[in-house]
Amino acid sequence: MSGLIEKTQKMIDEVLEAYPERTKKFRSKHVKPNDPTGECGSACMVKSNVKSRPGVMTIRGCAYAGSKGVVWGPVKDVVHLSHGPVGCGQYSWWSRRNYYNGITGIDSFGTMHITSDFQERDIVFGGDKRLEKLCREIRELFPLAKGISIQSECPIGLIGDDIEAVAKKMTKELGIPVVPVRCEGFRGVSQSLGHHIANDSIRDHILGRGELDRSTPYDVALIGDYNIGGDAWATRRILEEMGLRVIAHWTGDGTIKELSITQKAKLNLIHCYRSMNYICRHMEETYGIPWVEYNFFGPTKIYQSIRKIASYFDDRIKENAEKLIEKYKPMMDRVIEQYRPRLEGKTVMLYVGGLRPRHIIGAYEDLGMEVIATGYEFGHNDDYKRTYPELKEGALIYDDATPYELEEFTKRLRPDLVGSGIKEKYAYHKLGVPFRQMHSWDYSGPYHGFDGFPVFARDMDMTVNNPTWKLIRRKKFI
Amino acid sequence: MRQIAIYGKGGIGKSTTTQNTVAALAEAGYKCMIVGCDPKADATRLILHKKAQATVMDMARERGSVEELEIEEVLLEGFHKIKCAESGGPEPGVGCAGRGVITAINFLEENGAYTEDLDFVFYDVLGDVVCGGFAMPIREGKAKEIYIVTSGEMMAMYAANNIARGILKYAQSGGVRLGGLICNSRKVDREYELISALAERLGTQMIHFIPRDNQVQRAELRRMTVLEYSPEHPQADEYRALAKKMAENTNLVIPTPLSMDELEQLLMEFGILEGEEVEA
Repeated sequence: MSGLIEKTQKMIDEVLEAYPERTKKFRSKHVKPNDPTGECGSACMVKSNVKSRPGVMTIRGCAYAGSKGVVWGPVKDVVHLSHGPVGCGQYSWWSRRNYYNGITGIDSFGTMHITSDFQERDIVFGGDKRLEKLCREIRELFPLAKGISIQSECPIGLIGDDIEAVAKKMTKELGIPVVPVRCEGFRGVSQSLGHHIANDSIRDHILGRGELDRSTPYDVALIGDYNIGGDAWATRRILEEMGLRVIAHWTGDGTIKELSITQKAKLNLIHCYRSMNYICRHMEETYGIPWVEYNFFGPTKIYQSIRKIASYFDDRIKENAEKLIEKYKPMMDRVIEQYRPRLEGKTVMLYVGGLRPRHIIGAYEDLGMEVIATGYEFGHNDDYKRTYPELKEGALIYDDATPYELEEFTKRLRPDLVGSGIKEKYAYHKLGVPFRQMHSWDYSGPYHGFDGFPVFARDMDMTVNNPTWKLIRRKKFI
Repeated sequence: MRQIAIYGKGGIGKSTTTQNTVAALAEAGYKCMIVGCDPKADATRLILHKKAQATVMDMARERGSVEELEIEEVLLEGFHKIKCAESGGPEPGVGCAGRGVITAINFLEENGAYTEDLDFVFYDVLGDVVCGGFAMPIREGKAKEIYIVTSGEMMAMYAANNIARGILKYAQSGGVRLGGLICNSRKVDREYELISALAERLGTQMIHFIPRDNQVQRAELRRMTVLEYSPEHPQADEYRALAKKMAENTNLVIPTPLSMDELEQLLMEFGILEGEEVEA
């Protein structure tokens, strides 16, 4: 073990010391010092994707959140039905800022909240009849809706309603796909299983059923970009300028038609690996479509990714890629020139979902900032393996971190900026630590692509260097 | 007020036994109520002389929710002023019947069905204890006394032992106790001894052995208890005897359920005739 790793391990031990013995043992497997080389072995391997310990106040979501909130929710021309009691639907009412084009209530339904509003009698007598009625009402109220997804809440699974049978019947009767999604919240350990279940439901009910009128050798699909603050649009511009044709968005600003024809893509480009690697693997096995992971945060990673994507195509695309980089590099350099002096040497602590804890590291580095700690809410082993090489030796990595741990690590690491979610935001405000919400871009964005980086740089600067922080009385630790 | 829950294997005769016994108690001057906890809603037809009474959950479905119901609509009086209510519930294969039982009992409680003057409340509960809902009648503050209806048939005894395991759970967390086994005879060989032995092993008693008699069937066809249809018939006296024993019963225990091996051993001891054993 190197000195840096040992030093971090010592800090981890100190923080975890406050826990009871069993919790300490459990959590110590999830909090590790980073070893980019892999030489440190299992002592630096983060354990992940297991059930949270009761009492630690995990900030994880549930399978329903993963399906309705992440994968299905952004599909804009589908009515997403929160099937069950009203709470799950109400509290998941358009909360991820998935932008879309279209007229809400006419041909797009992303910001609407539709629920079967289960009552006691539906629990006792079953809700299948109500579900049928609701599907018919949706068809009548929204004749331009291209489909219905049934997002199953916990009680549906508990009482054993046969939503598959209803969906089959309604698909036939209404002439649009009605997709049952068994994403009951009690399944799995986090929202991650919900992503998988949602992927599978698209695979089983939508994918491969549509026809693409005209194919080109340059057809690609954008997978795992949810268009938060317009990210997918920024991404699409790059791909189109490269000469590629984006035939499908999964699922930001996406449509059911796009999902149904993705098997015609020549290459699948995947951004959020965690939530959509499943469908990429399926398309690889079934249709022989290769897939490539890319990263459009910050110019360094963007250039790398553009070249990586171009390598799958002919010289024309490769030339376009170089031209594109040449065209945008001066603009990117200007952004760096403007902000780097204000951000150089600043340290960042991250704690986000399943992709950003590693994907945005490069963007910070472009601005001269260093990510000294990061972690995933619901990542798996393959996410952590992809993370180790991105961080310096001795950086801190935490899986399913608890509020206590985050606060204690913050006090010890004294980062200049923390990036995490809404549940952490106000705790950090109280601590007087500059904070950005990195799930929703704090109501800003896009952060992807050439359009996104200037916004990202500006946002980080205005947060880190905001004079307000000086007016907040900080606790003496920080 | 004594609250009593009747459990037992499906089809063993819980509803018939309960209604006849309650009829005998009512005849003896006790004020009684029967709460049917089975979606089939057949726990009160012999008292009310109706095919099926309006159930709490059916009415709630019709009106939208239980809040729309009046207690008088679902709490009816029958033979000897016995009060009757049925939880009702879904068709087989859909929904959650257990939740229906919970909802219905809560409704009855909140709307004053449990009046001070009642001597006995009987819960007639569907087949086995299949989920939390069907254990509702034996939760805190409800029935403290349980009787299991069984016969000498193997599956009925399996069920009885399983129910005893359920009772054990609730006995530890609440105050529920087993009052005894009621043997509703199926004319199985050495049935009396077999069930007596099972009762002993469970740490309880066989409180009564009800002989098989077609008079029960005759009365049932007329939607009546034996006590109402033919009060002079000897079978009516059997139910009177059971009612008296239950009213006087103080032998309430925490059951000691058998393991599957022990239960099968017991059946071997009593169930297989010596002659058969030799042949085998």
